[in-house]
Amino acid sequence: MSLDTETVRRVASLARIHLEEEEIARLQGELNGILAWVEQLQAVDTSGVEPMAGGGTTALRMRDDVVTDGGIPEKVLANAPDRAGEYFGVPKVVE
Amino acid sequence: MHPTDFSLRGAIEALNEGLVSSVELTQAHLDGIAALNPRLNAYVTVTAEQALEQARASDARRKEGVAGPLDGVPLAIKDLFCTAGTRTTAGSRILGNFVPPYESTVSANLLRDGAVFLGKVNLDEFAMGSSNTTSAFGPVENPWSRKNDPDTRLVPGGSSGGSAAAVAARLALGATATDTGGSIRQPAAFCGIAGIKPTYGRCSRWGIVAFASSLDQAGPVARTVEDCAILLKSMAGFDPKDSTSADVAVPDFAAACARGVKGLRIGMPKEYRLEGTPPEIEALWEQGLQWLRDQGAETVEISLPHTKYALPTYYIVAPAEASSNLARYDGVRFGLREAARDSDLRDLYERTRAAGFGPEVKRRIMIGTYVLSAGYYDAYYLKAQKIRALIKRDFDQAFEKVDAIVTPATPSAAFGMDERQDDPVTMYLNDVFTVTANLAGLPGLSVPAGLDAQGLPLGLQVIGRAFDEETVFAVGAAIETAADFRAVPGLRAGV
Repeated sequence: MSLDTETVRRVASLARIHLEEEEIARLQGELNGILAWVEQLQAVDTSGVEPMAGGGTTALRMRDDVVTDGGIPEKVLANAPDRAGEYFGVPKVVE
Repeated sequence: MHPTDFSLRGAIEALNEGLVSSVELTQAHLDGIAALNPRLNAYVTVTAEQALEQARASDARRKEGVAGPLDGVPLAIKDLFCTAGTRTTAGSRILGNFVPPYESTVSANLLRDGAVFLGKVNLDEFAMGSSNTTSAFGPVENPWSRKNDPDTRLVPGGSSGGSAAAVAARLALGATATDTGGSIRQPAAFCGIAGIKPTYGRCSRWGIVAFASSLDQAGPVARTVEDCAILLKSMAGFDPKDSTSADVAVPDFAAACARGVKGLRIGMPKEYRLEGTPPEIEALWEQGLQWLRDQGAETVEISLPHTKYALPTYYIVAPAEASSNLARYDGVRFGLREAARDSDLRDLYERTRAAGFGPEVKRRIMIGTYVLSAGYYDAYYLKAQKIRALIKRDFDQAFEKVDAIVTPATPSAAFGMDERQDDPVTMYLNDVFTVTANLAGLPGLSVPAGLDAQGLPLGLQVIGRAFDEETVFAVGAAIETAADFRAVPGLRAGV
């Protein structure tokens, strides 16, 4: 499979990364190089194999559905680029 | 003896015997950092005042007889571990001003045991790289150099290049590191030190900036296998805040270093004999197996048939998880924000991420986004997860026959800063021997075992069963004893 420039643009848009025109051609070449290299995986017979999703062998633990943290708005907001009161600030979304 | 030349264990003994104080140890390391860091660039942030304050408090505790297992020992912390009140960058511009309000579990465990933190050490951006050249804070230089070509500056490996370079250059007694595809073991090998990636789940991932959550594991680097064992004992342990943290007892890893290898069966996977591997690495591997036979182990050839698919599998799984994990960096809640005067929210996201991420991180986010996108998920991501299961099955079957597996740590010694930068796939091949242990969730240790013709260190890797780090330490210590590795890098503190 080979990516055309339109697909590179679409993927960048899905990933929310702004690309300059000259970056698109470079990335297209690099991504196609990587995808051509991983193409060898298609040769492996994986019929009947269960996919391995996590790194561990045990099932994920459940915990009690209770609040364990909170009441620290100043800490949560301390690194915010913009804030208004106890809220994160962003450009106007709704007119 | 210069205080920076202690092993970690030696330093603890000297502290206990009153031969040196933590303030003296810490100051000697800070002096080394001041002298060498402008060239090596191993530290991104040096917390000198805080370190001396911690050292004074430690000396006071020792006087009162309440010292912890690591009390007064100066360490470096990879800048991927959140440290409360100290900037944590992940080597990225996008986190260049991020000051965590909380402490990672692993670094909190070290503080609990009395450790002194000298500062935060450099890494490839978001731990993505094998050369520590992708950091937004500049590349790290390897303190070693080639005998016949001393002017070529070499990479320390990556992503934990700052950790490995700092420890090799005697700018810390040990360091925390993380390993997603080889990021502890490859830099340890390149810098002539030891490093272990423990079993997935052994160390809590809580408070470590996430790269690929099903592969990431924290571990230590230090100058001896036993020093790694001492550090891992403190770093490891069950943590309810990480749902993948394993609720298993943490054994006395240091004691396991003295177990010996008599009667152990050591596997040598035939698929790790790669075309193009330098003959001196092949020879060192055979030498390592001979050392183990000499100490009473039996070596057997084994087969891990899916080995050659491990790297391409990793380069689907890791970027996929990264693209998801790194979605949080959007310029809203923390980190960098880039926006034009008339930016709407979407434009703010796109400009922030374009300005905040470097080229390797963008490449991996793009690959990850693509393999997870509608229509390609099954062909790439699901396929890779199935092959990952086969790679793990290979190990399960091998460990029915052997107790540990020994391989080279890397396919080459450290390379020049300008080498292998043209093609991403060439750089990825650095992790060919290490990535399998991440995919299978197994512990892997890199131990310095010899020098190449240029006088550069080469490492061997020991892979063990899940949660059997003890055997891994026993085998690693046996190799270390036989190798009697005493070479030191040209750039180091105290000379």
